[in-house]
Amino acid sequence: MARQADPVIEFRDVSYRLPNGREILHALDLETRSGEILVLLGRSGSGKTTALKLVNRLLETSAGNLLIEARVARQWDTIKLRRHIGYAIQEVGLFPHYTIARNIGLVPSIERWSASRIHVRVQELLKLVGLNPDIGSRYPHELSGGQRQRVGVARALAADPPILLMDEPFGALDPLTRSDLQREFLSLQKQLGKTVLFVTHDLHEALLLGTKIALLEEGRLVSIGSPQEFLNSADPLVQKYVHAFSGAEQARGGK
Amino acid sequence: MNFWSFVVENRGEIAQLTLEHLWIVGISTLLAVLVGIPVGILITRKPALHNPVIVIANIIQTIPSLALFGFLLPAPWIGERAGRLAILALTLYALLPMIRNTYAGIKGVDHAVVEAARGMGLTGWQLLYKVELPLAGSVILAGVRVAVVISVGLATIAAAIGAGGLGELIFRGLAMVNNSVILAGAVPAALMALTADFVLGWLEKRLSPPRAA
Repeated sequence: MARQADPVIEFRDVSYRLPNGREILHALDLETRSGEILVLLGRSGSGKTTALKLVNRLLETSAGNLLIEARVARQWDTIKLRRHIGYAIQEVGLFPHYTIARNIGLVPSIERWSASRIHVRVQELLKLVGLNPDIGSRYPHELSGGQRQRVGVARALAADPPILLMDEPFGALDPLTRSDLQREFLSLQKQLGKTVLFVTHDLHEALLLGTKIALLEEGRLVSIGSPQEFLNSADPLVQKYVHAFSGAEQARGGK
Repeated sequence: MNFWSFVVENRGEIAQLTLEHLWIVGISTLLAVLVGIPVGILITRKPALHNPVIVIANIIQTIPSLALFGFLLPAPWIGERAGRLAILALTLYALLPMIRNTYAGIKGVDHAVVEAARGMGLTGWQLLYKVELPLAGSVILAGVRVAVVISVGLATIAAAIGAGGLGELIFRGLAMVNNSVILAGAVPAALMALTADFVLGWLEKRLSPPRAA
């Protein structure tokens, strides 16, 4: 029997409170292992985005232990930690004054890669996310929403980080483009084997992409398990979710 | 004596006063840029400083210019030379648009862009000079533009304390009740303001980041 992979991200009783004392996350306990896609599912305000931002320390844990590669997040150098983790968000946040190539090559360039190595890497990434490498010389505003989101994923992968954080990266796209990107992301993940923390409110997306699904509600973990376990769960909240997305059961059928 | 013949006869003096005017405006703008932009950046980083700084800059702005020249007269070193005094006063007036626009420009950068930059592991400095300043550039330059146009006008008043510049002709014309002399000071000052406005406006447009329609 192969030894189970070590946990890459571990939340141990992690809480997050706003400066005014309001608790956004309460004693969150979950972990994700190498190569997994852990989906954080929940409605707006459930704390799923907050949980994500604790990992790359855009927010700081108020209580409990958050471990990344078995090291407490606070002991990591913030900048080193963030460059170790790819980050893709719904609004993408491409730099409007940079070409696509410079957008993707920014982290490699501040990590002092050589120009030729950056060039090769950018071309490779553009192909990897299904874009024509010629697009590199264009500016973000010249691209469609789907293309921008692909660039966002390419940028997150630029320095080949072992961990990816994705916050509803496909949420603002039309359903067809979204479904294309989801499928492509799955096949990409098969090649890359990153450890992914993926935030969504869309059960369909969670079932399609997740190797594990964690349902959050009001800052608490309701359930965690495989997509199959999720669908079969007797938990009333999970069932409510499953019913709300009726027909989602078929989502995994075509896989 | 009509306007044109006065200008032709006194072209040497007018050129000299125009250069003085340019010097006062140029140096004071440069100082305001050197102080105002860093202060504007500082208050984006230390929110607690924002209100006090803006209040002080606002108060300075509301002091009538002649009164400000008067206040500064007893200041050591500064007060000894009218030119220095005028430059300091104009610098103080130019601070508010510089600080306010730097702050507004940086705060106006799309928060998703800033969040992505931080999430990617840019340091504070890298965020500032690779992302925030380039994207705020046109707004900051708009502040410089406002400051320069205000300064060109205010610098005419500096002649009242003997700082020279085109105001010299305006005050002389007023004393002589001679419109030609007033115009010989006012027209070059107006042209200077318009030219600065046009050139900086053009630069501002060029600096604007490309955006989706």
